[in-house]
Amino acid sequence: MEYVIIGNGTAAIACIEGIRTEDKQGEIALISSENRHCYGRPLISYKLLGRISADKMDYRPRDFYENNNVRTYLGREAVKIDAAAKTVVLDGGEKIPYSKLLVATGSRPFIPPVSGLDKIKYHTFMTYDDMEALERELSEDKRVLVVGAGLIGLKCVEGILHRVKSVTVVDVADRVLPSILDPDGARIIRAELEECGVKFILGDSAAEFTDGTAVLKSGARVEFDILVMAVGVRPNVSLIKDCGGDVDRGITVNAKCETSLPDIYAAGDCSEGYDMSVDSKRVLAILPNAYFQGKCAGINMAGGVASFVNAVPMNAIGFFGSHVLSAGSYDGELIVNEVSDSSLRKLYVKDGKLSGFVLINDFARAGVYTSLIRNSTPLSDVDLELLKEKPQLLAFSKEERKKKLARRV
Amino acid sequence: MKRIYVNEDRCIGCHLCEWECAFANSGLDKMFKLKGRFGSEFVPRIQVEGGEKSDINFAVNCRHCTGAVCVQSCIAGALSKTDEGMVVIDREKCVGCFTCVLVCPFGAIMPAADGKAAQKCMLCTDNSVGEPNCVKYCPNDAIVYEER
Repeated sequence: MEYVIIGNGTAAIACIEGIRTEDKQGEIALISSENRHCYGRPLISYKLLGRISADKMDYRPRDFYENNNVRTYLGREAVKIDAAAKTVVLDGGEKIPYSKLLVATGSRPFIPPVSGLDKIKYHTFMTYDDMEALERELSEDKRVLVVGAGLIGLKCVEGILHRVKSVTVVDVADRVLPSILDPDGARIIRAELEECGVKFILGDSAAEFTDGTAVLKSGARVEFDILVMAVGVRPNVSLIKDCGGDVDRGITVNAKCETSLPDIYAAGDCSEGYDMSVDSKRVLAILPNAYFQGKCAGINMAGGVASFVNAVPMNAIGFFGSHVLSAGSYDGELIVNEVSDSSLRKLYVKDGKLSGFVLINDFARAGVYTSLIRNSTPLSDVDLELLKEKPQLLAFSKEERKKKLARRV
Repeated sequence: MKRIYVNEDRCIGCHLCEWECAFANSGLDKMFKLKGRFGSEFVPRIQVEGGEKSDINFAVNCRHCTGAVCVQSCIAGALSKTDEGMVVIDREKCVGCFTCVLVCPFGAIMPAADGKAAQKCMLCTDNSVGEPNCVKYCPNDAIVYEER
């Protein structure tokens, strides 16, 4: 067998680990445009923050490729998939044949077409190179404008705040982290960041950029020395699209992580699979999902049997002292609704099951809730009143607890 | 691999396992020195459920799951499995995002005392005791350390 993997992020690494559970011998080739050992991508903000040093950012040990007998093509671009000939064409024309192929090409920053943006310098914040380019410009006299108050934008803010003069965040949404938090949760996180010195201009967006100034739709002007664009990401789908595979917002995959093309799989941020929390196809660009998909793909590629059917959004994100843990969707009945200035607990129930939750700064053992969502556990099987109090295994039957605590799991 | 297993019929909820855990990982020479610092400066990696409102009690710590979801979900590669099957954390790599807390179905991984990294049971292989101190001092065999 000749396995080929395009990408070197979480899904790609998980695929290698999946393949090797089934097939210790088959040849694996890994192609990545980034000329780096695999690293934890979300760590780039922690590197700027000083929480982690460069030598601790490896996602897997340095001997990982060698131990798993992986031939790497780092710093090389896969420019085309020839699905008929079953080869991947690299920059320079070299062809790599595959028996089974994984596309784990991730996503790229979406840059909105704002007037003047093409004439000025700006940063994005997705890769190690992005982080280094930004870090080179940081100094105590710099004013930074971050466009986008989502995950990437705000983690970037946390990383750089102590290293610059000021940080202003602009977002068209009326609250921070709009895809993760409701207004109550957003207020807590915004307050935490404001207390640390971040300035927010929300419900407004950039209409025009000139060198050093952003003119907003409202007419307000923001002066900056460094501009970071973090309004969103787009899945990298072109390799599959160009060879005729099904693509919607992401590369369409089934529960086995197969694309519509024979022997070609996709996983991670580039793919669009089934999200059980909304009962429809969706790009779930979160790291655990990339691992689950990549592992599933790898096992199937190597002739094993795996399916990944319980994808749900899950986020654990911290800013300075505050932590948000959430999972599932928020469209059910709100059965716990505790909100204070600095903490929050909300639980949602739908169709007799826990459908979602958000916990801020009161999150001990949150995984007990997450597992109820991912396992679609009927609430008739558990003591809901105990669960409303806090996540605890006491809410399960004695029988169920025995399975969890008195057996190998 | 030997793991810790629970017999809840034997647990009286004395919480001694929590103290023995915190003590084993504290580096202190006497357990009484945990007084006033237990749960804040020294956080146990095992926790007893139940209590006043319940006559059911049992201790929960890491199950060292076969397909450990924490290992799969860790954004830093800080959690991994040893060849024997133990789930271990590299605190130098952990950035304290607490994705592991979000995904552990047992609620068996938690922030360390400083809040900057996670901590979990490593069966006392990471302290001077060498084997689970909670099991060693459980007076009722409500937790045992064995192959199953």
